[in-house]
Amino acid sequence: MSWQWFHRLGSPRWFYQKSSAWLPWLGGAALLLLSVGIVWGLGFAPEDFKQGNSYRIIYIHVPAAFLALAGYYIMAISGAIGLIWKMKLSFVVMRAAAPIGAALTFIALFTGAVWGKPTWGTYWVWDARITSMLILFFLYLGVMALSGAFSREQSGDKASALLALVGTVNIPIIYKSVDWWFTLHQPATLKLTEASTIDPSMFYPLITMIAGFYLFYAWVLTLHTRTMILQREGRTQWVRELLGAPAPTKA
Amino acid sequence: MHPARKQRLILVVLLVALSSAAIGFVTYAMRANMDYFYAPRAFAAGEVPFEKRIRAGGCVVPGSIVRDSDSLDVRFAITDGEAELEVVFDKILPDLFAEGEAAVVTGKLQQDGYVRADQVLAKHDETYTPPEVADSMVGKASCQGDAKI
Repeated sequence: MSWQWFHRLGSPRWFYQKSSAWLPWLGGAALLLLSVGIVWGLGFAPEDFKQGNSYRIIYIHVPAAFLALAGYYIMAISGAIGLIWKMKLSFVVMRAAAPIGAALTFIALFTGAVWGKPTWGTYWVWDARITSMLILFFLYLGVMALSGAFSREQSGDKASALLALVGTVNIPIIYKSVDWWFTLHQPATLKLTEASTIDPSMFYPLITMIAGFYLFYAWVLTLHTRTMILQREGRTQWVRELLGAPAPTKA
Repeated sequence: MHPARKQRLILVVLLVALSSAAIGFVTYAMRANMDYFYAPRAFAAGEVPFEKRIRAGGCVVPGSIVRDSDSLDVRFAITDGEAELEVVFDKILPDLFAEGEAAVVTGKLQQDGYVRADQVLAKHDETYTPPEVADSMVGKASCQGDAKI
Protein backbone atom coordinates (compact mmCIF):
# COMPACT_ATOMS: atom_id res chain seq x y z
CA MET A 1 0.00 0.00 0.00
CA SER A 2 1.33 3.39 -0.92
CA TRP A 3 1.39 5.96 1.85
CA GLN A 4 2.42 8.79 -0.46
CA TRP A 5 -0.96 10.55 -0.48
CA PHE A 6 -0.97 10.44 3.30
CA HIS A 7 2.41 12.13 3.55
CA ARG A 8 1.48 14.79 1.03
CA LEU A 9 -1.57 15.53 3.20
CA GLY A 10 0.86 16.26 6.02
CA SER A 11 2.62 19.06 4.18
CA PRO A 12 1.69 22.46 5.64
CA ARG A 13 2.26 24.13 2.27
CA TRP A 14 -0.08 21.74 0.46
CA PHE A 15 -2.76 22.26 3.14
CA TYR A 16 -2.38 26.05 3.07
CA GLN A 17 -2.84 26.21 -0.68
CA LYS A 18 -5.77 23.75 -0.84
CA SER A 19 -7.69 25.06 2.15
CA SER A 20 -8.10 28.61 0.84
CA ALA A 21 -10.73 27.24 -1.55
CA TRP A 22 -12.69 25.55 1.29
CA LEU A 23 -12.95 28.63 3.51
CA PRO A 24 -15.79 30.55 1.80
CA TRP A 25 -17.92 27.38 1.54
CA LEU A 26 -17.37 26.35 5.15
CA GLY A 27 -17.88 29.88 6.47
CA GLY A 28 -20.91 30.59 4.31
CA ALA A 29 -22.65 27.30 5.12
CA ALA A 30 -21.85 27.68 8.84
CA LEU A 31 -23.24 31.23 9.05
CA LEU A 32 -26.33 30.25 7.05
CA LEU A 33 -27.16 27.25 9.24
CA LEU A 34 -26.38 29.13 12.47
CA SER A 35 -28.56 32.11 11.58
CA VAL A 36 -31.45 29.87 10.44
CA GLY A 37 -31.08 27.73 13.58
CA ILE A 38 -30.89 30.72 15.96
CA VAL A 39 -33.95 32.48 14.51
CA TRP A 40 -35.90 29.21 14.33
CA GLY A 41 -34.90 28.02 17.78
CA LEU A 42 -35.15 31.29 19.68
CA GLY A 43 -38.00 32.88 17.74
CA PHE A 44 -40.29 30.20 16.35
CA ALA A 45 -39.88 26.94 18.27
CA PRO A 46 -42.61 26.54 20.92
CA GLU A 47 -42.04 27.01 24.65
CA ASP A 48 -41.46 24.01 26.88
CA PHE A 49 -44.53 23.31 29.01
CA LYS A 50 -42.51 23.16 32.23
CA GLN A 51 -39.42 25.32 31.72
CA GLY A 52 -40.98 28.02 29.58
CA ASN A 53 -38.45 29.96 27.56
CA SER A 54 -35.39 29.05 29.59
CA TYR A 55 -35.10 25.70 27.78
CA ARG A 56 -33.98 27.64 24.66
CA ILE A 57 -30.45 27.59 26.04
CA ILE A 58 -30.41 24.05 24.58
CA TYR A 59 -29.80 25.60 21.15
CA ILE A 60 -26.37 26.83 22.30
CA HIS A 61 -25.58 24.48 25.18
CA VAL A 62 -26.01 21.13 23.43
CA PRO A 63 -24.19 21.98 20.15
CA ALA A 64 -21.31 23.57 22.09
CA ALA A 65 -21.00 20.50 24.33
CA PHE A 66 -21.15 18.16 21.28
CA LEU A 67 -18.28 20.01 19.63
CA ALA A 68 -16.31 20.29 22.87
CA LEU A 69 -16.27 16.47 22.99
CA ALA A 70 -15.82 15.83 19.24
CA GLY A 71 -13.12 18.51 19.10
CA TYR A 72 -11.19 16.73 21.81
CA TYR A 73 -11.01 13.60 19.66
CA ILE A 74 -9.88 15.72 16.70
CA MET A 75 -7.13 17.21 18.87
CA ALA A 76 -6.02 13.86 20.35
CA ILE A 77 -6.11 11.95 17.04
CA SER A 78 -4.12 14.75 15.38
CA GLY A 79 -1.59 14.46 18.18
CA ALA A 80 -1.41 10.66 17.73
CA ILE A 81 -0.87 10.99 13.97
CA GLY A 82 1.83 13.55 14.65
CA LEU A 83 3.57 11.27 17.12
CA ILE A 84 3.43 8.20 14.87
CA TRP A 85 4.14 9.71 11.45
CA LYS A 86 6.13 12.77 12.65
CA MET A 87 3.78 14.88 10.59
CA LYS A 88 4.16 18.64 11.00
CA LEU A 89 0.65 19.61 9.90
CA SER A 90 -0.88 17.16 12.35
CA PHE A 91 0.73 18.89 15.34
CA VAL A 92 -0.37 22.27 13.99
CA VAL A 93 -3.99 21.04 13.84
CA MET A 94 -3.66 19.71 17.39
CA ARG A 95 -2.40 23.06 18.69
CA ALA A 96 -5.06 24.94 16.73
CA ALA A 97 -7.87 22.74 18.10
CA ALA A 98 -7.02 23.30 21.78
CA PRO A 99 -8.20 26.93 22.29
CA ILE A 100 -11.31 26.34 20.15
CA GLY A 101 -12.23 23.33 22.26
CA ALA A 102 -11.55 25.26 25.46
CA ALA A 103 -13.85 28.06 24.31
CA LEU A 104 -16.65 25.61 23.42
CA THR A 105 -16.29 23.82 26.75
CA PHE A 106 -16.50 27.15 28.55
CA ILE A 107 -19.66 28.04 26.59
CA ALA A 108 -21.23 24.69 27.54
CA LEU A 109 -20.35 25.18 31.24
CA PHE A 110 -21.47 28.80 31.29
CA THR A 111 -24.80 28.28 29.51
CA GLY A 112 -25.42 25.27 31.74
CA ALA A 113 -24.90 27.42 34.83
CA VAL A 114 -27.22 30.14 33.51
CA TRP A 115 -29.90 27.50 32.82
CA GLY A 116 -29.28 25.67 36.09
CA LYS A 117 -30.22 28.65 38.28
CA PRO A 118 -33.88 28.96 37.19
CA THR A 119 -34.33 25.21 36.56
CA TRP A 120 -32.51 23.41 39.37
CA GLY A 121 -32.20 26.32 41.78
CA THR A 122 -28.38 26.52 41.69
CA TYR A 123 -25.66 27.64 39.29
CA TRP A 124 -23.28 24.82 40.04
CA VAL A 125 -23.21 21.36 41.60
CA TRP A 126 -20.35 18.87 41.76
CA ASP A 127 -22.11 16.00 40.05
CA ALA A 128 -20.30 13.57 37.73
CA ARG A 129 -21.36 15.23 34.45
CA ILE A 130 -20.49 18.79 35.42
CA THR A 131 -17.25 17.87 37.17
CA SER A 132 -16.01 15.72 34.27
CA MET A 133 -16.85 18.59 31.90
CA LEU A 134 -14.78 20.93 34.10
CA ILE A 135 -11.90 18.42 33.85
CA LEU A 136 -12.26 18.58 30.05
CA PHE A 137 -11.87 22.36 30.26
CA PHE A 138 -8.68 21.96 32.31
CA LEU A 139 -7.36 19.32 29.88
CA TYR A 140 -7.76 21.77 27.00
CA LEU A 141 -6.00 24.48 29.03
CA GLY A 142 -3.28 21.96 29.95
CA VAL A 143 -2.64 21.09 26.30
CA MET A 144 -2.45 24.80 25.47
CA ALA A 145 -0.03 25.52 28.33
CA LEU A 146 2.15 22.46 27.74
CA SER A 147 2.47 23.04 24.00
CA GLY A 148 3.86 26.50 24.69
CA ALA A 149 6.06 25.55 27.63
CA PHE A 150 9.12 24.39 25.68
CA SER A 151 11.68 26.46 23.82
CA ARG A 152 11.95 23.65 21.24
CA GLU A 153 8.72 23.48 19.31
CA GLN A 154 9.01 19.69 18.73
CA SER A 155 9.21 19.03 22.49
CA GLY A 156 6.02 21.00 23.04
CA ASP A 157 4.33 19.07 20.21
CA LYS A 158 5.22 15.70 21.73
CA ALA A 159 4.44 16.55 25.36
CA SER A 160 1.05 18.10 24.61
CA ALA A 161 0.13 15.22 22.24
CA LEU A 162 0.81 12.75 25.07
CA LEU A 163 -1.34 14.76 27.49
CA ALA A 164 -4.13 14.99 24.89
CA LEU A 165 -4.01 11.21 24.37
CA VAL A 166 -4.11 10.39 28.10
CA GLY A 167 -7.08 12.77 28.45
CA THR A 168 -9.18 10.90 25.87
CA VAL A 169 -10.39 8.57 28.65
CA ASN A 170 -12.41 11.50 29.97
CA ILE A 171 -14.63 11.70 26.86
CA PRO A 172 -16.57 8.42 27.31
CA ILE A 173 -16.78 9.23 31.05
CA ILE A 174 -18.45 12.59 30.29
CA TYR A 175 -20.75 10.97 27.75
CA LYS A 176 -21.87 8.08 29.97
CA SER A 177 -21.68 9.88 33.36
CA VAL A 178 -25.44 10.58 33.39
CA ASP A 179 -26.18 6.85 32.91
CA TRP A 180 -23.53 5.38 35.20
CA TRP A 181 -24.17 7.52 38.26
CA PHE A 182 -26.92 9.50 39.97
CA THR A 183 -26.37 13.02 38.68
CA LEU A 184 -28.38 16.20 38.91
CA HIS A 185 -27.82 16.65 35.18
CA GLN A 186 -30.53 14.91 33.14
CA PRO A 187 -29.68 11.99 30.79
CA ALA A 188 -29.23 12.55 27.05
CA THR A 189 -32.23 13.88 25.14
CA LEU A 190 -30.85 13.03 21.68
CA LYS A 191 -30.40 9.27 21.51
CA LEU A 192 -28.67 7.21 18.86
CA THR A 193 -30.56 3.95 19.25
CA GLU A 194 -34.02 4.99 20.38
CA ALA A 195 -36.46 7.85 19.87
CA SER A 196 -35.27 11.24 21.13
CA THR A 197 -37.34 12.72 23.93
CA ILE A 198 -37.81 16.12 22.35
CA ASP A 199 -40.78 17.27 20.29
CA PRO A 200 -40.06 17.48 16.51
CA SER A 201 -40.90 21.21 16.50
CA MET A 202 -37.99 21.77 18.91
CA PHE A 203 -35.76 19.05 17.46
CA TYR A 204 -35.38 20.40 13.90
CA PRO A 205 -33.91 23.78 14.93
CA LEU A 206 -31.63 21.91 17.37
CA ILE A 207 -30.26 19.61 14.66
CA THR A 208 -29.78 22.69 12.43
CA MET A 209 -27.74 24.34 15.17
CA ILE A 210 -25.67 21.18 15.70
CA ALA A 211 -24.87 20.96 11.96
CA GLY A 212 -24.09 24.69 12.00
CA PHE A 213 -21.74 24.27 14.95
CA TYR A 214 -19.91 21.41 13.18
CA LEU A 215 -19.38 23.58 10.08
CA PHE A 216 -18.42 26.57 12.22
CA TYR A 217 -15.89 24.40 14.05
CA ALA A 218 -14.39 23.17 10.75
CA TRP A 219 -14.20 26.77 9.51
CA VAL A 220 -12.55 28.17 12.63
CA LEU A 221 -10.16 25.19 12.89
CA THR A 222 -9.08 25.67 9.24
CA LEU A 223 -8.60 29.42 9.75
CA HIS A 224 -6.60 28.91 12.94
CA THR A 225 -4.50 26.13 11.40
CA ARG A 226 -3.65 28.39 8.44
CA THR A 227 -2.55 31.20 10.75
CA MET A 228 -0.39 28.83 12.79
CA ILE A 229 1.17 27.40 9.60
CA LEU A 230 2.27 30.91 8.60
CA GLN A 231 3.72 31.48 12.08
CA ARG A 232 5.61 28.19 12.19
CA GLU A 233 6.79 28.18 8.60
CA GLY A 234 7.67 31.88 8.67
CA ARG A 235 11.28 31.22 7.67
CA THR A 236 10.54 29.02 4.66
CA GLN A 237 10.82 30.23 1.10
CA TRP A 238 7.15 29.73 0.16
CA VAL A 239 5.78 31.71 3.11
CA ARG A 240 8.22 34.57 2.49
CA GLU A 241 7.18 34.67 -1.16
CA LEU A 242 3.51 34.52 -0.17
CA LEU A 243 3.82 37.43 2.23
CA GLY A 244 6.09 39.36 -0.14
CA ALA A 245 8.83 39.67 2.47
CA PRO A 246 12.13 40.27 0.67
CA ALA A 247 14.74 39.36 3.27
CA PRO A 248 14.79 36.41 5.70
CA THR A 249 14.10 37.50 9.25
CA LYS A 250 15.92 36.11 12.23
CA ALA A 251 13.48 35.03 14.94
CA MET B 1 4.18 0.56 7.34
CA HIS B 2 7.71 1.52 8.35
CA PRO B 3 8.85 -0.53 11.42
CA ALA B 4 9.70 2.61 13.43
CA ARG B 5 6.23 4.05 12.76
CA LYS B 6 4.61 0.75 13.63
CA GLN B 7 6.46 0.75 16.94
CA ARG B 8 5.33 4.30 17.71
CA LEU B 9 1.75 3.35 16.77
CA ILE B 10 1.87 0.44 19.24
CA LEU B 11 3.26 2.76 21.93
CA VAL B 12 0.49 5.31 21.38
CA VAL B 13 -2.21 2.60 21.51
CA LEU B 14 -0.65 1.18 24.69
CA LEU B 15 -0.50 4.65 26.28
CA VAL B 16 -4.20 5.25 25.64
CA ALA B 17 -5.20 1.72 26.69
CA LEU B 18 -3.18 1.72 29.92
CA SER B 19 -4.16 5.22 31.03
CA SER B 20 -7.82 4.43 30.28
CA ALA B 21 -7.58 1.21 32.27
CA ALA B 22 -5.94 3.01 35.20
CA ILE B 23 -8.53 5.78 35.32
CA GLY B 24 -11.28 3.21 34.68
CA PHE B 25 -10.25 1.18 37.73
CA VAL B 26 -10.03 4.27 39.94
CA THR B 27 -13.47 5.42 38.81
CA TYR B 28 -14.89 1.93 39.35
CA ALA B 29 -13.39 1.77 42.85
CA MET B 30 -14.95 5.13 43.73
CA ARG B 31 -18.26 4.47 41.96
CA ALA B 32 -20.36 4.99 45.09
CA ASN B 33 -18.65 8.35 45.72
CA MET B 34 -19.36 9.45 42.16
CA ASP B 35 -23.09 9.40 42.83
CA TYR B 36 -24.42 12.86 43.50
CA PHE B 37 -27.16 11.59 45.80
CA TYR B 38 -28.58 8.52 47.55
CA ALA B 39 -31.83 6.93 46.41
CA PRO B 40 -34.57 6.48 49.08
CA ARG B 41 -33.99 2.69 49.08
CA ALA B 42 -30.46 3.33 50.41
CA PHE B 43 -32.06 5.07 53.42
CA ALA B 44 -34.47 2.17 53.92
CA ALA B 45 -31.54 -0.26 53.81
CA GLY B 46 -29.67 1.72 56.47
CA GLU B 47 -26.72 2.58 54.21
CA VAL B 48 -26.91 6.30 54.95
CA PRO B 49 -25.16 7.73 58.06
CA PHE B 50 -27.12 9.83 60.58
CA GLU B 51 -26.33 13.51 61.26
CA LYS B 52 -23.97 13.88 58.29
CA ARG B 53 -24.55 16.14 55.30
CA ILE B 54 -25.90 13.86 52.57
CA ARG B 55 -28.03 14.22 49.45
CA ALA B 56 -31.14 12.28 48.54
CA GLY B 57 -32.93 12.25 45.21
CA GLY B 58 -36.24 10.93 43.97
CA CYS B 59 -39.70 11.75 42.70
CA VAL B 60 -41.88 13.92 44.92
CA VAL B 61 -44.78 11.67 45.93
CA PRO B 62 -48.08 13.23 44.73
CA GLY B 63 -50.23 14.36 47.63
CA SER B 64 -47.37 14.24 50.12
CA ILE B 65 -46.60 17.97 50.20
CA VAL B 66 -47.79 19.51 53.49
CA ARG B 67 -47.18 23.23 54.02
CA ASP B 68 -47.21 24.88 57.41
CA SER B 69 -49.88 27.58 57.57
CA ASP B 70 -47.78 30.35 59.21
CA SER B 71 -44.18 29.64 58.12
CA LEU B 72 -42.21 28.43 55.10
CA ASP B 73 -41.94 24.94 56.62
CA VAL B 74 -42.88 22.21 54.20
CA ARG B 75 -42.87 18.42 54.46
CA PHE B 76 -42.90 16.06 51.52
CA ALA B 77 -41.86 12.52 50.61
CA ILE B 78 -39.62 11.39 47.76
CA THR B 79 -39.61 7.91 46.26
CA ASP B 80 -37.56 5.76 43.91
CA GLY B 81 -40.40 3.30 43.38
CA GLU B 82 -39.17 1.01 46.17
CA ALA B 83 -38.96 3.13 49.30
CA GLU B 84 -40.18 6.53 50.47
CA LEU B 85 -38.23 9.13 52.39
CA GLU B 86 -39.70 11.99 54.42
CA VAL B 87 -38.09 15.44 53.94
CA VAL B 88 -38.53 18.61 56.02
CA PHE B 89 -37.50 21.96 54.54
CA ASP B 90 -37.88 25.55 55.74
CA LYS B 91 -36.78 27.73 52.81
CA ILE B 92 -38.16 28.73 49.41
CA LEU B 93 -38.62 25.84 46.98
CA PRO B 94 -37.38 26.16 43.35
CA ASP B 95 -39.95 27.06 40.68
CA LEU B 96 -39.89 23.66 39.03
CA PHE B 97 -40.46 21.79 42.30
CA ALA B 98 -43.81 19.99 42.05
CA GLU B 99 -45.60 16.75 42.83
CA GLY B 100 -44.51 13.98 40.49
CA GLU B 101 -41.29 15.82 39.57
CA ALA B 102 -37.79 14.79 40.58
CA ALA B 103 -35.94 16.66 43.33
CA VAL B 104 -32.55 16.40 45.02
CA VAL B 105 -32.33 17.49 48.66
CA THR B 106 -29.22 18.18 50.74
CA GLY B 107 -29.44 17.82 54.49
CA LYS B 108 -28.93 15.58 57.49
CA LEU B 109 -30.69 12.31 58.21
CA GLN B 110 -32.36 12.52 61.63
CA GLN B 111 -32.68 9.64 64.11
CA ASP B 112 -36.43 9.60 63.42
CA GLY B 113 -35.74 8.59 59.81
CA TYR B 114 -36.53 11.85 58.02
CA VAL B 115 -34.12 14.28 56.32
CA ARG B 116 -33.93 17.87 57.53
CA ALA B 117 -32.93 19.62 54.30
CA ASP B 118 -31.09 22.92 53.94
CA GLN B 119 -31.23 22.88 50.13
CA VAL B 120 -33.79 21.50 47.67
CA LEU B 121 -32.98 21.39 43.95
CA ALA B 122 -35.42 20.50 41.19
CA LYS B 123 -34.07 17.85 38.84
CA HIS B 124 -35.26 18.25 35.30
CA ASP B 125 -35.87 15.22 33.07
CA GLU B 126 -34.63 14.92 29.49
CA THR B 127 -37.96 15.51 27.74
CA TYR B 128 -38.87 18.75 25.98
CA THR B 129 -42.52 19.24 25.08
CA PRO B 130 -44.60 22.21 23.87
CA PRO B 131 -47.63 23.09 26.06
CA GLU B 132 -50.23 21.92 23.48
CA VAL B 133 -48.62 18.48 23.24
CA ALA B 134 -48.27 18.29 27.05
CA ASP B 135 -52.00 19.03 27.48
CA SER B 136 -52.90 16.06 25.31
CA MET B 137 -51.01 13.61 27.50
CA VAL B 138 -52.47 14.52 30.87
CA GLY B 139 -52.08 11.92 33.56
CA LYS B 140 -48.74 10.65 32.31
CA ALA B 141 -46.35 11.37 35.16
CA SER B 142 -42.94 12.47 33.93
CA CYS B 143 -41.12 11.13 36.98
CA GLN B 144 -41.56 7.38 37.02
CA GLY B 145 -39.54 6.73 40.16
CA ASP B 146 -37.40 4.05 38.58
CA ALA B 147 -33.71 3.49 39.27
CA LYS B 148 -32.52 6.32 37.01
CA ILE B 149 -34.48 9.25 38.26
